[in-house]
Amino acid sequence: MNEMVKMVVVLTVLSAASGGVLAGVKKGTASQIEAQQLTFVKGPAIKSILAGSANDPISDRFKIADGELERNFFVGKMNGKASNIAFESYGKGFGGDIGFMVGVNLASGKVIGAAVTTHSETPGMGARAKDDPAFAAQFKGVSIRDKEIKVSKDGGKITAISGATITSRGVCAAVTNAMATYQKLEPQIKEHIKQFDK
Amino acid sequence: MPKTLVQEFTKGLWDEIPPFRLVLGLCPTLGVTTSMENGLGMGLATTFVLVFGNILISMLRNIIPSQVRIACFIIVIATFVTVVELVMQAYTYALFLKLGVFIPLIVVNCIILGRAEAFACKNTIIYSIADGLGMGIGFTLSLGALGAIREVLGSGSLTVWGDLSYSVASVFPSFQPFTFLVRAPGAFICLGLMLCVLNAIGKK
Repeated sequence: MNEMVKMVVVLTVLSAASGGVLAGVKKGTASQIEAQQLTFVKGPAIKSILAGSANDPISDRFKIADGELERNFFVGKMNGKASNIAFESYGKGFGGDIGFMVGVNLASGKVIGAAVTTHSETPGMGARAKDDPAFAAQFKGVSIRDKEIKVSKDGGKITAISGATITSRGVCAAVTNAMATYQKLEPQIKEHIKQFDK
Repeated sequence: MPKTLVQEFTKGLWDEIPPFRLVLGLCPTLGVTTSMENGLGMGLATTFVLVFGNILISMLRNIIPSQVRIACFIIVIATFVTVVELVMQAYTYALFLKLGVFIPLIVVNCIILGRAEAFACKNTIIYSIADGLGMGIGFTLSLGALGAIREVLGSGSLTVWGDLSYSVASVFPSFQPFTFLVRAPGAFICLGLMLCVLNAIGKK
């Protein structure tokens, strides 16, 4: 009986201590891990969209709570002024959510660049949305203040990737989401961006 | 005759070098050694878990009831592995992505549980550190050597760490890599040949 109590106590104490240590380490490394993931997963897309920025858009970022989500916004400085912003939004593709990074010029409200970040589309078909820059380039110059954007098959002006209409629609849905997000959060974005204007 | 501290340390480097003499921990040995950097990174992660797991288990060896000792070892080891995983994710993200699932699999690496069971739970802390460190370094060197051979012959380059990389083609322009060696069967063949060489040397 005594032996059994000892076993239970030792195991419980050990498990509790291990849980405590892990919680501490996780908390301590959380912000560093987030920065690493942004650099490696979203970094290339952000860099290409905000090319020519004088700052590092990945370290100059801020968060805005949007409902239950927290959205990251990346700031691009041109000529000493924080004039561009990039953020990610999602649309449903063929194999799951497609993450699409959209860069917007704050003054004109025009999209200055766009790129797919994360996706699980078919290689060689839907995955061309990421591999072929010409597709994402079509979104350049689109006004973020529009209501929605569609592929030409649905009466819009985006040329779908041949053989990957669902993927193309997913990307359009992501941009439509981005428009709604931007319009909803515009006052807050402009408030936040002031701190980078120095 | 009890071994000295130095002997406990050096046995992991030659007499009982883990993948070759003990033939333990073969899963990561075969799985991650497609390049030297991967092998060294995996070896260092394992060394960390081995040393700290040994320290803690040696400290607790009189408290842990023998009926539940394996469960206690697993808790200790799993904790350190998760710490390593988080730290690698935070500071060496590229390596973390390459090693992938093999990092959490350190938990079930036979060397670590083997050393805890065979050594740390019977010896004092200082000896356990020497044992863990020796075994860990032996494991790291083995993985590094295996990774280097496979990388040089299989992909025609040698990545020491990060961007520091050499290409075989710059020395021997007509070199064609044996891509077979970086695949799974190549790992078995390389390991077998290394075992054979080490045994041949050890016999003399």
